[in-house]
Amino acid sequence: MCLAYPGKVVSISGKEGLIDYGGIRKKARLDLVKVKKGDYVIVHTGFAIEKVDRKNALLTLKMIRETL
Amino acid sequence: MNFRDPALIKRLSKSIASEAKGLPEMKLMEVCGSHTQAVARFGLRKLLPENVKLVSGPGCPVCVTPSSEIAEAVWIAKKGAIVTTYGDLARVPSSLGSLFEAKAGGADVRVVYSIADAGEIARKNPGEKTVHVAIGFETTAQTTAAFLNSSPPKNFLVLNCHKWFLPAMDALLASRDLKIDGYICPGHVSTLVGSNAYRFLSEKYGVPQVVAGFEPLDVMLAVLMLVRQLNKGEAKVENEYIRVVKPEGNAKALGLMGETFGVGNAEWRGLGVINGSGMPFTRRFGHFDARYALKPKVSRGADMPNGCACANVLKGKTEPKDCRLFGRACTPEKPIGPCMVSVEGACHNALRFE
Ligand code: SF4
Repeated sequence: MCLAYPGKVVSISGKEGLIDYGGIRKKARLDLVKVKKGDYVIVHTGFAIEKVDRKNALLTLKMIRETL
Repeated sequence: MNFRDPALIKRLSKSIASEAKGLPEMKLMEVCGSHTQAVARFGLRKLLPENVKLVSGPGCPVCVTPSSEIAEAVWIAKKGAIVTTYGDLARVPSSLGSLFEAKAGGADVRVVYSIADAGEIARKNPGEKTVHVAIGFETTAQTTAAFLNSSPPKNFLVLNCHKWFLPAMDALLASRDLKIDGYICPGHVSTLVGSNAYRFLSEKYGVPQVVAGFEPLDVMLAVLMLVRQLNKGEAKVENEYIRVVKPEGNAKALGLMGETFGVGNAEWRGLGVINGSGMPFTRRFGHFDARYALKPKVSRGADMPNGCACANVLKGKTEPKDCRLFGRACTPEKPIGPCMVSVEGACHNALRFE
């Protein structure tokens, strides 16, 4: 139940956002985050719990390649 | 962006082996159900050298919910309220049986994906009480906080079984016989509390910690970072999951948590009472408390079925395969202990994937 999935915010209405998970779209509540259309979020039990920072994601992959 | 790149996983595996060479045995613990699943599913243990042991801790919320709390939920269901719960919990037995057994006997028990769905059920059934069994750590508790702060229906109650996670990590390190050499910190508890929140543990016990995400590369990189720290004699908190976790956490969610929950003591299955891990409602939200409104009366009941080693599995003291019942009497189809019931349980994952 701790599972959480990354998805992209495609639209926002009030406290709810429509999230795209690679083609599958589902609603999620946005009470816990400050997001705008186009942001990536992690969703847990129907609530977005944090934004995903794409720049930092690339940074981690770069770091992995460099430390090896 | 591929955090499952097999070539990189292999290279990380080699780096870990060379970094760990000649070092004494290291016991690293992951403390999140999703890490347990990732480690088993991607067969990561096989990619680690002999002297790097990766064990599972108490990160499975279904597993650590004590039998007394499940009995309260069953008691409430049998009194006629609609009871909503997250998946696997309904299968775990208590002194009053499981929630699914209560359902078979006519109680109205419904599995939900989100507390928002439970609220919707309450809205559609205004003449009845809907009681949501809210289990889980910070990750899930913040969704309870968000929902209660957005004017839920009047007939909605919460059986609050939430727990603060860091006090459990503290308690495990305090019992020196477990000899944990490093933690892989739970990525999604960390989105809320931030990576800085773990510092006191490194300072108090001198153990390295790495906050990690849930893809195979995340876990392997976290192991490498821990082994490097151990090799250098360091004990600090590092953050591998920078794409999601900030040092200071999520201010908006922390604000809602502070409004909703205080700090108390709580019982954990297998670990006993842990001071500071209870998450009681603040006075403002007391009227949503199902314990206060309905006063369920239950006896404690045994937390562990006969012969089940779950208590030690949850502390990383016993490996699932060393339980006498593992894979024989106890299987995912016919589970005996909670560590086999839950899809996040160490026994469940060990049997399914390893
Ligand atoms: S295998 Fe089954 S009986 Fe043994 S510890 Fe795990 S859950 Fe308990």
